[in-house]
Amino acid sequence: MSVITRGFSGRGRRGADLPPGQYLTEDFPVLSAGPTPKVDLDQWEFGVTTETGQRHRWSWPELLALPSETITVDLHCVTKWSKLGTTWRGVSIDTVLADVDSAADFVLAHSYGGYTTNLPLEDLVDGKAWVAYEYDGEALAPEHGGPARLLVPHLYLWKSAKWVREIQLLLEDQQGFWESLGYHNYGDPWREQRYWGD
Amino acid sequence: MTDVWVDGNELAGPLRELFDVDVTVARGRCVGCGREGMVAEAIVFDRAPGLVARCPGCNSVLLRMVRGPGRAWLDLRGVTCLEFALPDTP
Amino acid sequence: MARTAILGRLIWRVATVAEIREETDAARTLVLDVPEWPGHVAGQHVDVRLTAEDGYSTQRSFSIASAPDSSTLELMVQRIEDGEVSPYLAGVASPGDRFELRGPVGGYFTWQTADPAPVLLVAGGSGIVPLMCMIRTRAAESSRVPFRLVYSVRGPSAAVYATELARRVRDDKGLDVAYVYTRAVPDGWPRPPGRLDAVRLGEAGWPAQFEPSCYVCGPTGFVEAAADLLVAAGNAPERVKTERFGPSGG
Repeated sequence: MSVITRGFSGRGRRGADLPPGQYLTEDFPVLSAGPTPKVDLDQWEFGVTTETGQRHRWSWPELLALPSETITVDLHCVTKWSKLGTTWRGVSIDTVLADVDSAADFVLAHSYGGYTTNLPLEDLVDGKAWVAYEYDGEALAPEHGGPARLLVPHLYLWKSAKWVREIQLLLEDQQGFWESLGYHNYGDPWREQRYWGD
Repeated sequence: MTDVWVDGNELAGPLRELFDVDVTVARGRCVGCGREGMVAEAIVFDRAPGLVARCPGCNSVLLRMVRGPGRAWLDLRGVTCLEFALPDTP
Repeated sequence: MARTAILGRLIWRVATVAEIREETDAARTLVLDVPEWPGHVAGQHVDVRLTAEDGYSTQRSFSIASAPDSSTLELMVQRIEDGEVSPYLAGVASPGDRFELRGPVGGYFTWQTADPAPVLLVAGGSGIVPLMCMIRTRAAESSRVPFRLVYSVRGPSAAVYATELARRVRDDKGLDVAYVYTRAVPDGWPRPPGRLDAVRLGEAGWPAQFEPSCYVCGPTGFVEAAADLLVAAGNAPERVKTERFGPSGG
């Protein structure tokens, strides 16, 4: 049993409307498994690759030309902080996948810098996910995943791959960076699915 | 850009939960570039859902560790092997 | 190669704050009672864990400042550090308060009196802590190994342990201390403020042909720059040991 330290409360606080085990924070912690990738917007590309190897690609101007949405969502990080009411602008994954022909059920998202995370395809569609490039009305900062990141707010934030580069559609599930090292394959914060077996 | 990293010294406590020897003074060879060094000399990202140690030469992941309630996971695939100097007992 | 020690079980121990010593406006020493402390080697650190009443807990590493022969354990905390542990320890913690710590850990960044090589210590800001431990240990064990400390700080008021270092230079034969002031210099200082560079390191450090054991500690950027200077000056990379703190030190 841990010793409670008098007068220590951390920066977060519990809230009735938070998923179990989460603490509300007002700041926006920066977590990363590696150095912030530096990508020239001239070189930047976002892609969807299907299970048959068909590739769809968007350059930065092409991404910005797609219909976008402004959304306000809550973020829940598996390291226990939650940040409510965050505003983003991005392209819905439904838009990105509109012309993509696929029978796949699974996705592996790849980021610049090598990070990966996996999800069921159905958790990216029907208004549940975006390629986001603005946060709080400004261009998404590199430390928070800029120029563009995946945003999947109904799952723990590790699924919202920063510096997203590609969505790979797969017939079989393939574990990503954290999912292969103990983190839950699905990651629903409301069922507190943090680790394997939760 | 303020990237935040420390070094493999930071792994001493977490790895001591798993091993009775000090892994930070073990030597390993990076699978990515072949660079050899002590675990203490790795670049470590500790502001993450787990600990990620990377090669100071090529930035490949050398080892990763997650500590959960009542368990831990360790992945050493980024080093070919770890060499430990041990006392020889008769 | 460094010998791997076969170590005992590592447990979380309860530390009680016995005393607080304000070192500078921005830094304080916490003097801790840790029952059955197993002893440590200069340069090692501890992991400190704080738990709140609602169960929230967080950890941070701190270098041990006290020599191994001390009956209490000393850590140093900076007020300006971000995070959650340092603001608590630097601002709220009072004598009688308790928290958990685990250690000692870390066998790489250590110095023991058995090493006969002259020692060069290069500290950036709060990186002074493990190096101060080495200096204190040297004195406690009456070692005559020659030590040189190069201590980079923003200005004189930021130098932790300044009084003690001055006393030790006078009393612990074979210790020299040189300051590098990066933002503000003392009155009458012969040079303007500036970062540590090859010239200053050359003046204040050991010549590479003496094959010193070099220890560099501080924020990541400082450590990498200083380590590069030492290697460029001819020190073999394996003789330059580094410990990087996060940007706010630890």
